[in-house]
Parts: sequence; C-alpha cells; structure tokens
Amino acid sequence: MMAVPLDHYVALAAVMFFIGVIGVIVRRNPLVMLMSIELMFNAANLLFIAFARAWVQNSGQIFAFLVITVAAAEAAIGLAIIVTTFRPQKYVDVDDVRTLHG
Amino acid sequence: MIQFWILAVILIASAVWTISASKPVYSVVALLLNFAALAVLYLTLSAEFLAVIQIIVYSGAILVLFVFVIALLSSGVAPFAMGPNRLPRIWLPGATFVLAALGFLVYAVSKAVPVLTRPAGPVGTANVFGSVGDFGTALFTVQLLPFEVTALILMVAVIGVITLGGEQMRDPGARRHERTVEREIREAILREGEG
Repeated sequence: MMAVPLDHYVALAAVMFFIGVIGVIVRRNPLVMLMSIELMFNAANLLFIAFARAWVQNSGQIFAFLVITVAAAEAAIGLAIIVTTFRPQKYVDVDDVRTLHG
Repeated sequence: MIQFWILAVILIASAVWTISASKPVYSVVALLLNFAALAVLYLTLSAEFLAVIQIIVYSGAILVLFVFVIALLSSGVAPFAMGPNRLPRIWLPGATFVLAALGFLVYAVSKAVPVLTRPAGPVGTANVFGSVGDFGTALFTVQLLPFEVTALILMVAVIGVITLGGEQMRDPGARRHERTVEREIREAILREGEG
C-alpha cells in the first residue's frame, strides 16, 4: 500500500507551497493572501507528516500539530488586522494601505 | 499509489482555484476542498489524529473565521472588487521566479530519497504508529515542550486579537458619537418613510 516514494510527497508539497507563494505575490486581496499563507502552512505540514511516516517517528506529527496551532493563531491575528485596517475603507485592497509610507 | 495521484490532482487543482478565484468566497470553498483532500492524504500516511485535527481546526475553525470576515467586510455597499487589474506588471517576473525556484526544488529532491516501505502496523489499534493513542502518549511525555509552546502560542493569539479588537472599544467618546450618528440616520430613514 505504501509504495509511494517520498519524493512524490516532497514534490507535491513543493508545488502546493509555490502555488501559495504565487498567491501572496499576485493577489491584492488580503484575505486571499492569507489563504495562500494557509496553503503554504499546509504544504509544510504535509512534509512533516510524510517524513514522519517514512521514518516511523511521530516527532514529525507533533510538529505538524504545532504548525496547525501556529496557523490558527496567525489566521486569527491576521484576520483581526484585516478587519481593523479595511473596515473603514471602501475596497479591500492591500495597495490602498499607505499608512506606513510616511 | 492510485489514491496519491487522485489526491495530488485534487490538491493542486483546488490550490490553483484558491488563488485564482474571482471572489474570496470561492477561494474559501476551494480551500475547503484542499483541506479535506489533505486530511485524506494524512490518513493514507497513517496520521489519524492529525487528519481529524485538520478537519476540525482548519475546515471547522479557520475557514469559518474567513467566511465571517468576508461577510463582515463585504456587508456594506462596497463591492468586493479587485479594482483595476494591476497584475500584468508583476505577473511575469513573479511567475518566472516562482517556476524557476519550484523546478530547482523538485530537481533537488528527486535525487535519492527513501521509499515509504516500512510497515506502520495495523490500522485502528492503539499504540501503533500514528494512532491517537500513540500520538497522545508522545504528546504528553516525550514531546511535552511543543505541547506547552502550543499553549503559549494560543495565549499570544488571544492577547493579540483582544488588543487589536479592543482599539475601537477603548474610546467611549467615539462610541457615543457613533451611536448618535446611527440614531440620526435611523430617524432620517423614518422621516423618509413618512414623507
């Protein structure tokens, strides 16, 4: 059953991670950018779990658990920042945020 | 093997859909599909507990949070538009860079990595690799520090969100002003209805 080579998982995680990178670079909607970051977190998680399975060590699963927690915290704080930043604005677009330009 | 390819196709297709959807709600739906497929993939990798956590935390909590924020931000008159399309300026160099990096990474890892052939034990019994019992035993004994760090991270998230969300509540004068404006608007609407 487990005849899938490990590099297949690594390649799949790499593809997912870079789709997330493209999403962060290209999209101007902060919500979609945050979702792309979630995609990247999940690619890292997939690697942790695939390697944990390859060496039959559950430390990788524990760390995937930690990454899920970090992702949840990041989503909560990121969405709070988005709400406080974009609530008064008409359009949700990161290019409209110029407060830090000085 | 066949499960892996099916899931890989679903994962990549839903990831592409996530970043290319025209509306954020569609992105959330695509991301939901992605997370569900990933949970199934975790099951094939004998990570039972994490598959359940993936569904509960990601699909259940994080995506619902996203949906709430989308509803909150787009509930007014403002459309959820992208505005003028500014993609072409950065699309080409960005995509080139990303594809080059991806190609390099895939090439680099395609060299001599082990095959997943070691048995993990029968599924569904306690204390074999990846079962909930095995995971919990490791989490509360050997790997106690990451578990405690988890508590710290969640605490930081709670404090951060309260700090950010409490900004508006801290100024009672502003809130009173807001309420006055709201009442005026409501009265104006009522007057409109009468007249």
